[in-house]
This record gives sequence, structure tokens and C-alpha cells, in this order.
Amino acid sequence: MDRSGAWPSAFCYRVLWALNLKSLKYEYLEEDLANKTDLLLQYNPVYKKVPVLVHGGKPISESLVILEYIEETWPQNPLLPQDPYDRAMARFWAKFGDDKDSEEPSFMAIFIIVGEEQEKAAKEAKEQLKILEEQALGEKKFFCGNRIGLTDIALGWIAGWLDVIEEAAGLNLLEAESFLRLHAWIQRFKEVPGIKEQLPDRHEMLIYYKQKREMFIAS
Amino acid sequence: MAGNGDGVTLLGYWASPYALRVIWALKLKEVHYEYREEHLPDKSPMLLQYNPVHKKIPVLVHKGKPLAESLVIIEYIDEVWKHNPLLPQDPYHRAKARFWAKFADEKCVPAMFRAFSKVGEEQVQAAKELRENLKTLESALEGKQYFGGETIGFLDIAVGWIGCWARMNEEVAGVNMIDAEMIPLLSVWFQKFLELPIIKECLPPQDKLLAHTKEFHKMLMMAALT
Repeated sequence: MDRSGAWPSAFCYRVLWALNLKSLKYEYLEEDLANKTDLLLQYNPVYKKVPVLVHGGKPISESLVILEYIEETWPQNPLLPQDPYDRAMARFWAKFGDDKDSEEPSFMAIFIIVGEEQEKAAKEAKEQLKILEEQALGEKKFFCGNRIGLTDIALGWIAGWLDVIEEAAGLNLLEAESFLRLHAWIQRFKEVPGIKEQLPDRHEMLIYYKQKREMFIAS
Repeated sequence: MAGNGDGVTLLGYWASPYALRVIWALKLKEVHYEYREEHLPDKSPMLLQYNPVHKKIPVLVHKGKPLAESLVIIEYIDEVWKHNPLLPQDPYHRAKARFWAKFADEKCVPAMFRAFSKVGEEQVQAAKELRENLKTLESALEGKQYFGGETIGFLDIAVGWIGCWARMNEEVAGVNMIDAEMIPLLSVWFQKFLELPIIKECLPPQDKLLAHTKEFHKMLMMAALT
């Protein structure tokens, strides 16, 4: 089984985390997104994007679709609860982070906006984070309950990427005093074996996102 | 007020394709449910209580517990009522079905909406994009009768509504969306799917939908001018 990924894509990390949590062996192929390989174009002709999981020669793309595939193919260390309602809620919240309102920029794009638009986007982002903290996480240890699950993996960008993006964009969205529970979850998430060893280097990420932001602002 | 005990309640809107595909899932599974019409744009207290996050229909309430997001709801229905499975058994085929449903929702539907709501060059581009994306979707049929194989399944009910809405939208907006020459297989599939009795009987009344579509288009055109 091999995986095509491009650092530091949060979507690729979702798949890596799931594979690690299930103790699965895989081969990792790094893609240069500026120079896509024929293999990637062959395996994901529709979107030409990473991540792509190839298992038994068959490719699967779209990170959440890949996560469900991994869960169904390797049932050990389940990432989804048993109960259908809880599973549905896990899926609902996993999607919540991704769904883009066509009018508003998605979370990850916040760092490329400036001025008034950024203020508006920041306010929206904080509201979304509030919803996640109060309704999705609540008093639980992880989004999926007592153990890490699919929703936690899907929202893992909050743990590894958000603070870097905030710093690169000069924003403070996830204030510690206002988001006690999310901050506690971030600490817990980063300590989970399988996640801990697979977090992108913060320093390198900061350089990357700062550069990207400058590029966008300049254009 | 909290749904019908152990039963199933669906909060929907007659002109919503997202509610429709949940109805199709319930019908295929022969699930008895109570239907509650939301009189949009007004939202009932029940809707706001059951979907506080997105405040949208469809919402399925089962044993008092609400669920939102139509594809999440359809997967839930498939897991709770196991007969007449909607998703295939094999994980790889399940992944493909989910992939294409997502593709249709994220690539075809917004293009269709833009082709419907924009004018001029923007409209032309959007319609072109829609036709190309439908061509891409057609490849997922892989020569089968339905996306689900010999019988309809998850992907058929996830995307089948597009055939009905696109035909109406193209008539009202005056731009070609379903190009039968470009997508011969998909066109045949749209037709066959929408003619199936269990599917057809749930469609909103076509004359009412056409009037509603014309009304909506008028509003959008006026808003575009101001």
C-alpha cells in the first residue's frame, strides 16, 4: 500500500494518522505539487490532488473517503463508534471543518487575506471554533469520546496547523482563555501515539506559511 | 413536539433536492416516517432546535435524536435499516460511491447553480464547466445500468435529482446543461432513474417546481442588476 502526499498538507496527515493508529505498514511517496508525477495523474485523474491511497493497485482519493475506507478495511483500533447515531454525528462533525460556504473563505485560506476581509473571516472562524468546542467536543476527552477517532483526525488541523497559520497571518483566533476545552484537546491529541511522531515541524511550517502569505499578498 | 417517539420524522422542503434524496432512501428501505414541511424561508422552532449548527433541512429525527446533512443521513439510514442495502458491500466500491457523490455535490451542483444564477460570460463558463463535470461523472457508470449496478443504490439517489433540476434550470436560464450528445450514457441513466415508479412518485409536482424555479430565477436576475 502506498500513499502520495505533499508536505505540509493537513489532509495528507489525516491519512497518515489513521494508518499509524491502525499500525499499518505503508510506503509514502512525496509529491511536488508544482510538478505532479504521472503516477498521481493516473491515480487521481479527477482532482489531480493528494492524498491518494493505493491499496492492491486500486487508488482512493479525498481524505475523508480514504479514512472511511481504512476504517472498513482494517477494523482493528476502530476510529468510528459502533452506534449508528454516534457514527453519523462523527461524520457530521468531520465534515464541518471542511465544508466551505462559497461566500466565505475556508479556514486554511484565512492566512492569505488582509485588512477588513480578514477581520470578517477571523470573526467567522472564531464562531466556527466556538461551535466545535461547545457542540462537537463538549465535555468529552476527544471528539469521538474517550478515545481518538475519525472526527479528531479530521479536525487535527486545529492541533497542528491553526496556531502556525495564526502566527503567519498575525491573528489570534484560538485564545487560550476563551477556548479552554479545545486547548486541552489539542494537548491530548498531540500526545496520542501515532499522532505524536507524525506532526509536521512547526518551525518549517511557519516559514512555509509566511512565504505563502507574502506571495499571495504580493500578487 | 419532539418527533413521534421511537419513530422517524423528516423535516423537509418540497422543492429541496437534498430532502428528496433522503425521502428516496427512506422509501427504498420501506421506513415509515412522518414528514414535516418547513415553510422556508421561515424556519420553525423545531428546525432551529434540531439543526442549530446549519439551520437547514433536511433533518431526520429518529428516536428523538436529530441528524443533519443529507448524505450523512442516508448513510445512517443504510446502517440502521439493513435490508435493500444502498452502499455496496466491498470497501473499495463504497469508497468510489462516496467519492462520486462528493464530486457531484462539490463540482456539478455549484456549477449548475452558477450557470443558473449568472449571466454573460460567467454563465457561459459555468455551463461549460457543468457539462464537463457531468461528462466526468458519466465515467463512474462504467457501462452499468445504474451506478448501483443492476439496481439503484447510494450514488443513484445521491445524484439522480440533478437530471430533473438541470432540465428545469436550463429551460428557465436559457443555457444548455444536459448535452445528450456529450453525455449519452448519463442522459439515458437520468431518464431511466427518474422514470422508476418509486423515484418518480416522490418528485415534486413538475409544474409547481417550474413556477418556483422561474420565480427564483427572476429574483436572482433582479438582484444581479442592483
